[in-house]
Amino acid sequence: MTVLLDAVNLHRDYAMAADAVHALRGLSVQIAAGDYVAIVGPSGCGKSTLLNLLGALDRPTQGAVRIRGTDVATLDDRAATAFRLTSVGFVFQRFHLLPMLSAEENVALPMAEAGVPREARRARARELLAYVGLAGRADHRPTQLSGGEQQRVAIARALANRPALILADEPTGELDARTGAEIIALFERLNADGTTIVVVTHDDTLAAAARRVVQMRDGAIVADERLRP
Amino acid sequence: MRAALAVSSLLRNRARTALAVAGIAVATAMLLDMVMLASGMRLSFRDLLDARGFQIRLSPKGTLPFDTEATVGDASALVAAVAAVPGVAVVAPNLGAQLIAPRADGAITVAAIGVVPEVQGDFALRDGRLPQSGEVVASPAALQALSRSLGDTVTIADGWDPQLRTVREAVVRRIVGVGRFYYLGADQPVVALPLSDLQASAQGARADRISSAMVRIAPGRGVDEVAAAIGRTAPRVSVLTTAEAVSQADERLAYFRNLAFILGSVSLAVGFLLIATLMTVSVNERIGEIAVQRAIGVAASRIVQQIVVEGLLLSLLGGVIGLGLGLLTARYLDHILGAFPGLPPEIAFFVFQPRDAFTSLGLLLLAGTFAGVLPAYRAARLPIATALREEAVA
Repeated sequence: MTVLLDAVNLHRDYAMAADAVHALRGLSVQIAAGDYVAIVGPSGCGKSTLLNLLGALDRPTQGAVRIRGTDVATLDDRAATAFRLTSVGFVFQRFHLLPMLSAEENVALPMAEAGVPREARRARARELLAYVGLAGRADHRPTQLSGGEQQRVAIARALANRPALILADEPTGELDARTGAEIIALFERLNADGTTIVVVTHDDTLAAAARRVVQMRDGAIVADERLRP
Repeated sequence: MRAALAVSSLLRNRARTALAVAGIAVATAMLLDMVMLASGMRLSFRDLLDARGFQIRLSPKGTLPFDTEATVGDASALVAAVAAVPGVAVVAPNLGAQLIAPRADGAITVAAIGVVPEVQGDFALRDGRLPQSGEVVASPAALQALSRSLGDTVTIADGWDPQLRTVREAVVRRIVGVGRFYYLGADQPVVALPLSDLQASAQGARADRISSAMVRIAPGRGVDEVAAAIGRTAPRVSVLTTAEAVSQADERLAYFRNLAFILGSVSLAVGFLLIATLMTVSVNERIGEIAVQRAIGVAASRIVQQIVVEGLLLSLLGGVIGLGLGLLTARYLDHILGAFPGLPPEIAFFVFQPRDAFTSLGLLLLAGTFAGVLPAYRAARLPIATALREEAVA
């Protein structure tokens, strides 16, 4: 097993008016390349905080997050941005597509930031949209797409720069059961094609589709179960 | 792609963008008008002095040309002496006086200028010919006030007796030309007549006297050098070059410049605040969107770039519209101010120069850039995780 991600003794405290809130309390976790991990637990247990630290959106108060040997917690803003651009793909609960861009332009945005030439990113965006089943919707704006379609565009966007890791925060949270099932199937296909996925979810169906389920409570891992190899 | 995103962001809320552009356009128009006003009178005054190609003015010692009714005597000798100064090409003496012109309902005051018709620089003929002895050239306002036309005669006199309701020393002159008088108000009745005719009036009181003289220098000669030579030759008169006259006028116009500077600064500040407010509101509305862009790897500098470009586009659009608006309002204001009684028609308050447009637009673009920087910097420094969480809660 090749370790892709190694989080060691992660603490994340938030300074509040009265007292500090300890969102993570010495959490450690390793994730192998090609794995599909669901992080579950009650609201406020620190799932999203962990995801933010793994994706270099936030810095731990203490501890290290090594991805392919690099401690992303120590990166400055410029390096962390470059890391997010090339090594991580984010999928959000509310899709967060840019409303003024078409589906194709949304997918192409991270590639444009990475300096991919126009024609190459256009071709890659079309290819990714076809991959998520939206070949005919490339020119549609987000407002012209259903929730499930928007989430598929967001997944295509996450894949744009061929990241090593996909981090998804409640990707089915805004979708009905049928559309959620389509997204779950898409994640399974992605993982089967070799993409490492870490997903934070309250959705039991989504969690059950993962290979490994990590359960959190009060900022710590309380259970870690492998469902399938 | 950033420029396209900036345009898209502005188009997202079209009504607000249109209102902002309108506000910026008004601020730019005012700024342009004030920049034009700051230099307009100076430029038009200089053009007025240059209009007839005379570079030097002579006036009785201690006075400015056109400023007083003072005259200088022994004028023939003076003019001859000045004409003999090396570098002097033409000397055009003139004598000003207030005359009375009777008409059916009483009499009106007419400004009279005695000139040497062949070399004079006070008027340009619009119709007819230059006057000889016993003839005058009249301004359109004089013809209208006296109900006369080219070829008619007009009675002019040196005085008016209110008791007897009659004029003194009246003479009849034929109107042989209609002139455009450069240095007198467009609404002012004026007649120009040969200098010798005017000097012969007033029972000899004006004999061999002039009010001022204009000097045209020979090509290739330096104005200051010739002016200094005239000063040495004719110590009885003040010698003023066009540059000095403009400089003196400039001092008197400091009020306009200060006013223009203050109002121009206010306009610029209004434009700046307008753009800053709009960009702040726009950024606040897009906190989540900006956080998402940062999350997917868009560099902070690119976010700053996009927001600054938005501010610049607003400034540019509003600025270009504002320049057109400013020119229109300047023309309108110039028309109103130009109607001030006694003002020479050549004097303009607002004179357009391409440099003014570039200055106004440049200042506004600079203000627009700075106005966008603070909201842009704030947006770029957002704590991404916090912004995403707040967006999710919202």
